[in-house]
Amino acid sequence: MEALVASAVGVLTAAGVFLILRRRTFPVILGLSLLTYAVNIFLFATGRLALNAPPVLNKYADVPYTDPLPQALVLTAIVISFGMTAVIVMIALSAYLSTKNDHIDMTAHETVDEAGEDA
Amino acid sequence: MSLFLIAALPFLGAVFPALLIRAGRNVAASSAGLTTFLALAGLLIHIPTVMRGELVTAHFDWIPGLGLNAHFMLDGLGLLFASLILGIGLLIILYARFYLTREDPMGQFYSYLLLFQGAMLGIVLSDNILLLLIFWELTSLSSFLLIGYWKHLPEGRQGARMALAVTGSGGLAMIAGMLILGHIVGSYDLSDILQNKELIQSSPLYLPALILILLGCFTKSAQFPFHFWLPHAMAAPTPVSAYLHSATMVKAGLFLMARMWPVLAGTQEWFYIVATTGLLTMLIGAVIALMKDDLKALLAFSTVSHLGLITMLLGFGTEIAAVAAVFHIINHATFKAALFMTAGIVDHEAHTRDIKRLGGLRHLMPVTFTIGTIAALSMAGIPPFNGFLSKEMMLEETVHTVWNNSHYLVPGLALIAALFSAAYSFRFISHVFLGPQRDDYPTTPHDPGAGMWLAPAFLVVLVVAIGLFSKAIVGPLVAIASSAVIGSEDLPYYSLKLWHGFTPALYMSIIAVIGGMFLLGFHGYLERLWNALPRPEAKTIFDAVIGAMTALSRWITDKLHNGVISRYAVIFIAFTVGLGYYAFSTGSIGVPTRIPLPAPIIPIIGWICLVGATLAIMYFHRNRLLSLVLIGVVGLIVSMAFNYLSAPDLALTQISVETVSMILLLLSLNFLPTETPWDSSARRRWRDAAISVVAGLGTGGLIYALMMRDFAFPTISDFHLANSYEGGGGTNVVNVILVDFRGFDTFGEIIVLGIAALVIFSLTEGVLATKVRAYLLNRKPHWPQSGDAHPMMMVVVTRVMMPIALMVGAYIFFRGHNQPGGGFIAGLIVAIAFLMQYMASGFTWAAERQRFYYHATIGWGVLIAAATGLGAWFNNKPFLTSDFGYLHWPPLEEFEWATAMLFDTGVFLAVLGAVMLALESLSRFAWQPGIAQEHAMDINPQREEEDAEETQQEKEA
Repeated sequence: MEALVASAVGVLTAAGVFLILRRRTFPVILGLSLLTYAVNIFLFATGRLALNAPPVLNKYADVPYTDPLPQALVLTAIVISFGMTAVIVMIALSAYLSTKNDHIDMTAHETVDEAGEDA
Repeated sequence: MSLFLIAALPFLGAVFPALLIRAGRNVAASSAGLTTFLALAGLLIHIPTVMRGELVTAHFDWIPGLGLNAHFMLDGLGLLFASLILGIGLLIILYARFYLTREDPMGQFYSYLLLFQGAMLGIVLSDNILLLLIFWELTSLSSFLLIGYWKHLPEGRQGARMALAVTGSGGLAMIAGMLILGHIVGSYDLSDILQNKELIQSSPLYLPALILILLGCFTKSAQFPFHFWLPHAMAAPTPVSAYLHSATMVKAGLFLMARMWPVLAGTQEWFYIVATTGLLTMLIGAVIALMKDDLKALLAFSTVSHLGLITMLLGFGTEIAAVAAVFHIINHATFKAALFMTAGIVDHEAHTRDIKRLGGLRHLMPVTFTIGTIAALSMAGIPPFNGFLSKEMMLEETVHTVWNNSHYLVPGLALIAALFSAAYSFRFISHVFLGPQRDDYPTTPHDPGAGMWLAPAFLVVLVVAIGLFSKAIVGPLVAIASSAVIGSEDLPYYSLKLWHGFTPALYMSIIAVIGGMFLLGFHGYLERLWNALPRPEAKTIFDAVIGAMTALSRWITDKLHNGVISRYAVIFIAFTVGLGYYAFSTGSIGVPTRIPLPAPIIPIIGWICLVGATLAIMYFHRNRLLSLVLIGVVGLIVSMAFNYLSAPDLALTQISVETVSMILLLLSLNFLPTETPWDSSARRRWRDAAISVVAGLGTGGLIYALMMRDFAFPTISDFHLANSYEGGGGTNVVNVILVDFRGFDTFGEIIVLGIAALVIFSLTEGVLATKVRAYLLNRKPHWPQSGDAHPMMMVVVTRVMMPIALMVGAYIFFRGHNQPGGGFIAGLIVAIAFLMQYMASGFTWAAERQRFYYHATIGWGVLIAAATGLGAWFNNKPFLTSDFGYLHWPPLEEFEWATAMLFDTGVFLAVLGAVMLALESLSRFAWQPGIAQEHAMDINPQREEEDAEETQQEKEA
């Protein structure tokens, strides 16, 4: 199970990073979303994995509980990342509507350009 | 009056002139004057206490752990400076009322002046050096406003900038020095620091601390080689110059040197750095002052020279020299303020301050002539005025000072400086007031009204009175201030009187005066010589240095920050990966200690879906709609994974956020291009792919390694599990952590969320106010629209589901403390319930039925959460301490209540409001008049009849 979670985190991170390195707003937003998943699962997994042990206290039986702290952190992280996504979506949208251009890179003084790249 | 109030009064009072200027200039000036007067009165009340040798203090501990305390104290030195600041401030306020013209924004002037006054007062009253530093920087900032008050003058702006650059950077050095000093002593309170002379002077950090602190003092007090900002600050209105350069701003550096004198002075380093700098400054300032034709420039350099004189006296490190320094501070403040005001009057009346165009004013302006002459004679060191007394004391001290085995160097140079000082003072009198009356003044000057000459006249009376009856008038003040500087009650023997017999100092004075007259006689010749000599122009050098620094920082910024965001991202990610590799390769890792969980078939299927969808996004990411669908798949799998791995709260949150995010992204895709074009080269894509794979491998490997090992240190989670029920009154530990253990974090997070929503709202407002709005109104959609914008099935279903969804929200909310759920999730669910109405029935329909503003919802959420937290204060508990108990209402079962529930209500409202505000803002982009459906579910036959009737009526009309 750990291998599955870890590889999923790896794949999500790789995909997220690749999309963040694109040059248009929309793929970057997608990349950030994927990276958010990766980071949230990563944080969650720092509490180690457990099956059937939710951190909800049981008055009647002595059962194991998984680590509640990363869960609490990730819960707020999920909600905050929604707020962040919403803000960048709005910035991207406003920028595109105002300039009819969804490039994330400024071209005005793109002094250091990696040779022969831009279309 | 409490020292807090005295220090705060100018700041509070600064509001009034700006507001009251509408009631007239007299009202604004009076409000400033009244504020200053009140503070002065409050200060004077303390005189008896201070004179008895007691300290007046006011303490307020802010963050004692960091040594950040608002401690104020008033001792002799503080009293001297505070009375100078407030007393001369009062005179300046009077003078400025008549000096400034109708075109000058006077309310602004007095507000700036009071701000500056408050900052200065803060410096001299602070008992905590960190507090002192804050006030120190405030003087730099507020003097910037004052010097640049005439915004239309380029010289004013440049002078202000130069003053800020020089004194501000000195202030930065001083911060470092003060921190070192506090580190040596272990306390940031002056009263502690001043007790630790041996500790400080024996510390290896003494010299760095000394140099850094002195840098601050020297820049502020315009000591060579930082003296150049002061003459350029003369572009300010004359009242500002008179205030800043006689009694306040430039005296701050002297004040600090005097303040620190007991612990810093007395060493070789102190003597050679401070005394030499002071001596050089005194000499250079005096020589340049004689060569200046601008009245204010002459006074500016004479100020530099006198500041050097006082610095030198403090640098000598002997107690008697410190007394002389204190005395000269008083004397200089009186005659220099009067001289600046005189220069201002001449400028005001004759419309020039060029000495070459003046002369012969004594008959035209007899009052000004009298005032100016007395003050200038005092500056020259002529008895019986006060300048003579302290200059005499200074010369006497130089005679006893040995500089590097030379007995003659210091007195010799001091004598030359005194000679030039006498010369420029005489020049001020003779070339402005004496000589033949001219007929080519820009305007014919005459004495101004009493309002303008009263203030300098008062000072000149002081100049004479202190000269004649020094012991009676300032004797006690000098004594008490000097003992504060020296740090002991036992003052050395000194006598403040005119006649000391035939001492070396008297001979030196006589030489200086006669020599000064002689020099003035040769002024024309000297001036030609001076102009023929090459000499460095400070402003050119300063501009070149600033220019070079600007160019350098622009170069660095352009290199690092050239607007290519994808480049920053590459740098950041590569650096992070590299850092991770470094940490991994240099650290060590233990053997795996945990047994991996089994992986049955269902999770493997989920894994395949997730990885497949992710890879597909990478492959198909140019098709934006498809990638959104795929990302939805990822989100769902993630929610399910949370659920499977014992995190029901996370699963609920993830799935509701997923829904909302998807709606948001779909809405936004409406306005963005549907496809991402190819615009990276193959080489670049390979590079990016390589970086991504490495980053993915690193992250995946790290978390795998982490999951396979147990905690290296005991975790604090056990505390939460153990105390959740007893301490927080809830069995859902995650929720209890959110609303109780880490309630303050959650409080911060809902504020952040609220701010994000408000940012989105204001962005929308901003964009829709531009021509984008027209574009949006005429926009053609990407895809053909469905024939029915509001399908009846969907409308009916959503409306039926609305109460159910709300019920679910309430259920999730109330069970949250004990079972998975809570404010975050309930807020999201209720938001989705509302969003469904927007989607099904349209924006207009939903907006018409909206009963409350989303902004207000966010606000109430944050306020309720804050109020819950504050409630703990009324029970003498720290912020956000929760309480709970059990209630039994007869028909119901016994149930539990907790204040955390109220806090969770705040969370709920803030989340609901934020989500709704974000999406509502976004959907406002989509609003077009054509598709606005007034009646989303148009099945009301009655309305059809009404419509028909209306059409009928219109036709008839």
